[in-house]
Amino acid sequence: MDSIYKSLTAIVGDGHVSNRPEELYIYSFDLGTAEPHRPDYIVSPETTEQVQEIVRLANRENIPIVPLGGGLSLAGLAVPLKGGILLDLKRMDQIIEVNEKARYAVIECGVSQGQLTSYLERHHPHLTHSEPGAPPAATIAGNVMIHGQGDLAQPYGFTSDMILGLEVILPAGELLHLGSCAVGTGWFTLHPLPDVGIFLGWYGTTGIITKLSIKLFPAKKIRGVGTFVVEDENLIPEIIFKITHTQMAEDIIAFSSAIPPFTRELHHINVNIAADSEKELEFREEIIWDDTLGEYIRSGDGGYLGFVRGLQRPQISKTSDYKKGGGFEYVGGIMPVETYPQCYREGRDISERHSIPYTVTGRVIGAAHSMMFAWTYAFNRADPETIRQAREALHETDDLVMKLGGVIWKPGTYGQKLVLERLEPDTRELMKKIKALIDPNGIMNPGNWEIP
Amino acid sequence: MHELKFDQDLCLRCGTQACLTKCQYIEFDGETAKKEILKIATGRDSFVLHKCVTCYACEEYCPFGNHPFYLIAERQEALGISPVPRPLVQRAVNLGIPFRGEPDIKEINGPVLNMGAFSDHMHLIQGKLFEGLPVISTDERKMFHYFCQLMYLHYGKDSVIKKRLPGIIETIAKHKPTEVICFHDECYGAYTSYCDAYGIEVPFKPIHFFEYLYNRLIELKNMIQPVKLKVAYQRPCSSRLSPDKHLFVGRIFNLIGAENVKREFVDENALCCAGAIQGQRQEGSRKRAVIQQQRNVEDMKKAGAQVCVFNCPACLQTIGDLVARNGIKPIHMTDLCRLAIGEIPAGWR
Ligand SMILES: Cc1cc2nc3c(=O)[nH]c(=O)nc-3n(C[C@H](O)[C@H](O)[C@H](O)COP(=O)(O)OP(=O)(O)OC[C@H]3O[C@@H](n4cnc5c(N)ncnc54)[C@H](O)[C@@H]3O)c2cc1C
Ligand code: SF4
Ligand code: SF4
Repeated sequence: MDSIYKSLTAIVGDGHVSNRPEELYIYSFDLGTAEPHRPDYIVSPETTEQVQEIVRLANRENIPIVPLGGGLSLAGLAVPLKGGILLDLKRMDQIIEVNEKARYAVIECGVSQGQLTSYLERHHPHLTHSEPGAPPAATIAGNVMIHGQGDLAQPYGFTSDMILGLEVILPAGELLHLGSCAVGTGWFTLHPLPDVGIFLGWYGTTGIITKLSIKLFPAKKIRGVGTFVVEDENLIPEIIFKITHTQMAEDIIAFSSAIPPFTRELHHINVNIAADSEKELEFREEIIWDDTLGEYIRSGDGGYLGFVRGLQRPQISKTSDYKKGGGFEYVGGIMPVETYPQCYREGRDISERHSIPYTVTGRVIGAAHSMMFAWTYAFNRADPETIRQAREALHETDDLVMKLGGVIWKPGTYGQKLVLERLEPDTRELMKKIKALIDPNGIMNPGNWEIP
Repeated sequence: MHELKFDQDLCLRCGTQACLTKCQYIEFDGETAKKEILKIATGRDSFVLHKCVTCYACEEYCPFGNHPFYLIAERQEALGISPVPRPLVQRAVNLGIPFRGEPDIKEINGPVLNMGAFSDHMHLIQGKLFEGLPVISTDERKMFHYFCQLMYLHYGKDSVIKKRLPGIIETIAKHKPTEVICFHDECYGAYTSYCDAYGIEVPFKPIHFFEYLYNRLIELKNMIQPVKLKVAYQRPCSSRLSPDKHLFVGRIFNLIGAENVKREFVDENALCCAGAIQGQRQEGSRKRAVIQQQRNVEDMKKAGAQVCVFNCPACLQTIGDLVARNGIKPIHMTDLCRLAIGEIPAGWR
């Protein structure tokens, strides 16, 4: 037995380490089009101390280490590009504290979106969190590591803006806390200490989050989705501006797709509305549909489709069903809302060029400060040609994001290169220095955010 | 192209103009009604074309079967007076496009139950009531091959119906049915009233769903235990196209011991679920729908209904939740009938 394997077993115990080929195979790819890469070991720790020891071992032995949550980020971000240790964090799934009055939850890094949702529904029904549309096995830690957005992104911003405290293990094994928890009080605020925000959005290349505190929000008794439909994509930015002005909505998502036919060349805007009573609900509906969007209805340019009670959480994409073989991947761009029309038109062109039915979605972040615009491409996993087509379409879309003045969200290696090329030299230099200082051996999720 | 059989002379001789004077949404005196229906009949604009909420009821109100509503829908399209905003029209037109494969045609050579565009409601045709009855349009992915298209009457898009309906009839006919029991009475209305009005040939005998249920219950009479529930019936817009079959509602209730509560909004005076109204272009449409739904449910409550019985799954989807929130159980007619023969439908408490 090799010595690394032995050391890992000594840390986490039998049954939580593997180098069996069939398991290495499974961990070598994600759901998207990224090329597979096999890890050398898979390790599944249960405690912060175990993570610390594993990281120390990796650093000492100069072995790459790649943290893995749900592995659902799609762009190959947790595929071990340079082999090494795949750190599967799913066993660290304790919900440590829910503070009702200050509305936050302290959780371990393996806690999944679905787990927190059902826990809150059961034990704290008047609290909720911002849940992304990802499958429920996606982790909250994984989501903040890629600056994700959930169904409360419109009122409250990126999930990573909802962090109130972090426990992080650095590549050399140091354990540190950020936020009020760092001075030994509760995990209720990230500010007002001086900012050392060098972990969120780094894909684990600067440290491994083992615990975090996340904001919770009021869960109203009634939550549902109302839908507005327009033909003219040019109307979307002004409609979104008007709806966000009302401050009456939660999630706002505009979408269009070639399949099914009823969404083709039409733009549906789903607006989540929440209320504690029928009176409040009707008030909000009146403000949004009648007072704010009534002019489009009367002119015949926009139509109110109705309000359906209950949230489908999460709203898993059906896109993968459109090509045989069940594969799909998307490029997300954080875009100015005003670019919606070009994002849609040029995205459709890319899809058509690659013979893929188009699917586009824009989720509003903040009071229309930006949107996450996603271009989704379906492919057949069993057909390398369709995978190649989808990959090409994804790369073209990465280029498009930059061309339209956006920033690629959770880019894979191709997109990272595009972003880094455009990064101001001084900013690049600082990022490079930070990375060199924290991870001198470059063991942390190598191949990502590497600055030459 | 198929032409509407509408006889203007009937209107000239008509004493009541019931089509419009009975309209629940627009106020008319007899004289105005006559003037406006003649304007419409002669292809001129009328405020009726702008104010009509497409409730279908005038089809029932006209004592001569003169099809005033089909006329209105046709003229709305001809004059470009769309009752709903353009994007919703486009969406609806696209909705009926089949996109997931061709239907599986099996020859039946006998009576058949057609689910139409409600293949996702197979749970409503369970149990003894449907034993041995072959069913077509059972695959959600392919249900639009069986979609009667009449929905476009709400959208000022009569032309879509005329274009697509003959093909749909052809698909059904390929199954070689003798009788087609229509799960949705809009389909029944299409293959009887609409096809008759436009001279579209139907090579099978359409059977109304409630007529089938009634006859089947008679066959199972020994099994019936009175349900002893006070029920209110939610009449759908589409039943206005087959008013001669509306009596089966009362017959079924009598047969299974359901007490049809005395309501204001019942029979001719029934209020529709307002699902078609909420998205219309006219100012205040959403609010109009909300208020109508509240009045409707209040009326059920006042009459002491314990259960609201639905015919159309779309109505159930639109106001079932509101009904339930008001302490009245929403249930589809088939499930009520199943209760009567000792079967417990899923979810019934
Ligand atoms: C159908 C579908 C819909 C989606 N919809 C959304 C959406 O609406 N909004 C959205 O934001 N995302 C969405 N996603 C993307 C993604 O699934 C989510 O963002 C998800 O929360 C990522 O979490 P994960 O646990 O899967 O992360 P992973 O893929 O496991 O990890 C993401 C990155 O973070 C690193 N990482 C993971 N855990 C840690 C840790 N503890 N410490 C340090 N680094 C770590 C990984 O190495 C990787 O680089 C969607 C994905 C799919 C498949
Ligand atoms: S449509 Fe019928 S009810 Fe109306 S005026 Fe003509 S004949 Fe009379
Ligand atoms: S369809 Fe209804 S609203 Fe329209 S005119 Fe006839 S009865 Fe009145």
